[in-house]
Amino acid sequence: MKKKRWYDYLWMASAVYLTLGLFNILFAWLGLICFIVPLMIALIGGSKAYCNNYCGRGQLFELLGGRIGLSRKKNPATFLRSAWFRYGFLTFFMTMFFLMIDSTYLVFAGADLKQAVTLLWVFKLPWQWAHTAMVSPWIAQFAFGFYGVMLTSTMLGILTMILFKPRSWCVYCPMGTMTQGICKLKNRKEAASNGRKSQKNCGVA
Amino acid sequence: MKTLKKIAVIHKECVACGSCLKGCPRNAVAIYKGSIAVVDGAKCVGCGKCAQACPANSITLAEVAIV
Repeated sequence: MKKKRWYDYLWMASAVYLTLGLFNILFAWLGLICFIVPLMIALIGGSKAYCNNYCGRGQLFELLGGRIGLSRKKNPATFLRSAWFRYGFLTFFMTMFFLMIDSTYLVFAGADLKQAVTLLWVFKLPWQWAHTAMVSPWIAQFAFGFYGVMLTSTMLGILTMILFKPRSWCVYCPMGTMTQGICKLKNRKEAASNGRKSQKNCGVA
Repeated sequence: MKTLKKIAVIHKECVACGSCLKGCPRNAVAIYKGSIAVVDGAKCVGCGKCAQACPANSITLAEVAIV
């Protein structure tokens, strides 16, 4: 049996994050860590260490689907694994993300705060119990929007975990697709520049 | 003399999520530069745990000849 490391318990952080958001929507801001850290690791380090080791959500699905046994453990549908679906979903996800940023900007510019969490980009859940008086309305608006994004992706992840293998979400996770794309581009660039260097060293024009 | 050995083979559909790393009891799998999983043929015993864990169904077992 492999020795457990501190990052093998990050699923707890994911579970705590989702629970805290139910009590105070402003905790949703913490979710930005799951956006910024993988991007930084991919851009600077050129690896998917976040997905491989530190993704609390992936670990949570592994725990629920694997050890607790909520998953059917079937191979995911072929379309889910195709490049067009993965990059299409990334495009859709990013479009919805920027629309959420736009609605935050509108509140910043003076529009009314909408106290609702949008699930699956369609269903608006009234969220009137949130205490948002202590912050600017745009900060609260971003929290509502971002918590909706996190809950939506968790719901999709749980659904595909039950239907297919525990970490089926990882196949079409927008962050995973994006970081893999960044790593591939970075490696291609490095390989090209290494090729040029070796050509120079060999005296090739 | 040639002997046949089963090892894991990674296909290009790999999403480099790292599920196989946790599944492998021999630490024979690694993620190459965040792009694709690679298998160390010398360490791999062909148990298939990585293939079971892979959510992208991009690992299969194949028999290779060892001299």
